[in-house]
Amino acid sequence: MDFNSLYIILSALVLFLLAMFHVAYLTYAERKIIARMQQRLGPNRVGPRGILQPIADVLKLIQKEDIIHPGVDKPVFVMAPLISLVCAASGLAFIPLWENFVLSNLNVGLLFILALSSLSAYGVILSGWASNSRYSFLGALRASAQVISYEIAMSLSLLSVVLMAGSFNLQDIVKAQLSTPYKVYLIPQIVAFFVFMVSALAETNRVPFDLPEAETELVAGYFTEYSGIRFALFYLAEYFGMIVMSALAVTCFLGGYAGPFEIPGIPFFWFLIKIYAFLFFYIWVRATLPRYRYDQLMGLGWKVLIPLSLLNLLVTAFIKLLI
Amino acid sequence: MGYLFPFLIFAFLVFLIGISMLIGNKILSIKRPHGEKLIPYECGMDPSGDTKVPFKIKFYLIALIFLVFDVEVVFIYPWAVVFKELSWFGFVEILIFVVLLFAAYLYAWSEGALQWE
Repeated sequence: MDFNSLYIILSALVLFLLAMFHVAYLTYAERKIIARMQQRLGPNRVGPRGILQPIADVLKLIQKEDIIHPGVDKPVFVMAPLISLVCAASGLAFIPLWENFVLSNLNVGLLFILALSSLSAYGVILSGWASNSRYSFLGALRASAQVISYEIAMSLSLLSVVLMAGSFNLQDIVKAQLSTPYKVYLIPQIVAFFVFMVSALAETNRVPFDLPEAETELVAGYFTEYSGIRFALFYLAEYFGMIVMSALAVTCFLGGYAGPFEIPGIPFFWFLIKIYAFLFFYIWVRATLPRYRYDQLMGLGWKVLIPLSLLNLLVTAFIKLLI
Repeated sequence: MGYLFPFLIFAFLVFLIGISMLIGNKILSIKRPHGEKLIPYECGMDPSGDTKVPFKIKFYLIALIFLVFDVEVVFIYPWAVVFKELSWFGFVEILIFVVLLFAAYLYAWSEGALQWE
C-alpha cells in the first residue's frame, strides 16, 4: 500500500464520516424545525435539548425485532435497502467540497451522479416486488413511474448548466461559474434551477411529491414490510439522497465552495452554509405544503417541466451563440 | 481505475455501514416470532388472494415514453459538451432533432398517453 492510496482511503473516510454526521443530525434538525413550525417542542429528552436523539434512534432501531414474513423473496428483500443506500449515498464522492478537496475528480462526474440516481429506482422497485404485499407493490409502481418521469426533467435542466460550462466535471463547472460576471449560474439559469429543485423534491420522494409513501393511503409505500434496521436503511438512503441533491444544486447553480470572502480555518464553510440553506428549504417545504394528487404529479412532470427545460436548453444554446 | 478508485472506496464504506448495521441488528435484536406477526401488513385484515395484482397499462406507457426521452437526452449529452466547437451547425442540428422529438411528444400527448385520470 503506497502513500497515495492511503491518502485516498483516509479522505474517503473523512468524507464518509462528515456525511454520516450530517445525515444523523439532519433527522434531528428536521424534527426540531418542523416541531417549531407547528408550535411544538420536538425531541428534548435525550441529552440537552434532545441533541443525542439521533444516537438514541440508531440504538433503538438496532435492537428492534427483524420481521421477515414467509412470503417474501428473501435475497431480493435483503438486498433492496442496501442497493437504495449505496446508490443514494455514493454520488457524494464526485462533489467538490473545496478547491483542493474532491474525492473523485471524474471527467463525467455529473453523468455518474445522474446514473446513480436512476439506479436507486432499482432499490425501490425490488423492495416493492419482493415484499409480497399489496401496499408495497403499489407504492413501488408509483415510485418508479415518478422517479423515471422526473429524471428526464432533471437531466435536461442540468444539461443547460453543462452547456454553459462545457464540461461534465463538477470541479470545472464550479470554475466556469466563477469566471462569469455573476459568479453563479442561478441568475442566467433561473428556469433550469426551478425545474431542478422541483424534480429534486420528486426524485428524493419528499413532500409535496411523497406519493410513493403516502401514509394515508399506502401505509408506507414500498417499505411497508420492512422493520427495524432495514427500515432505517431506507430512511438513511432518503436523507443521503437529500444531501446529494442539495450538494448538486449548490455545485451546479450556486457556485459550489466559493463565497464572498475567505473564512480562515474552516475550508468547507461556504459550501456547508449553502447546503444547510437547501436542506432547510427541504424541511420548510415539508412543513408547509400538502401532498399532490398522482395525476397532477405526472402531469406536472410531463406537461410542464420537460417542455420547459427543453425550451430552456434551446434558448441557452441560442444566447450562448449570440454572445 | 484512476479517478474511479476513490469512488469505489466511498461506495464500499457506505455498503459497509449498511452491512454492519444489519449484523448489529442480528446480534442485538430480540427474537420472538409469532404467527400473527409474520403475515403481510394489510391494516389488520387477513391478506387474501394473490398480491401481484394487475395494474394499469399506463405504467408501461410511461416507461415506453421514458425510454424515448432518455435516449434523446443521451444524444444531447455529448452535444452539450462540444457545443462551443460546433457553433451554429450544432445548433441547427439539435433544433431539427428536438423539433422531431417534440412532434412525437405532442402525438403521444394527443393520443392520451400522458392523461392520468
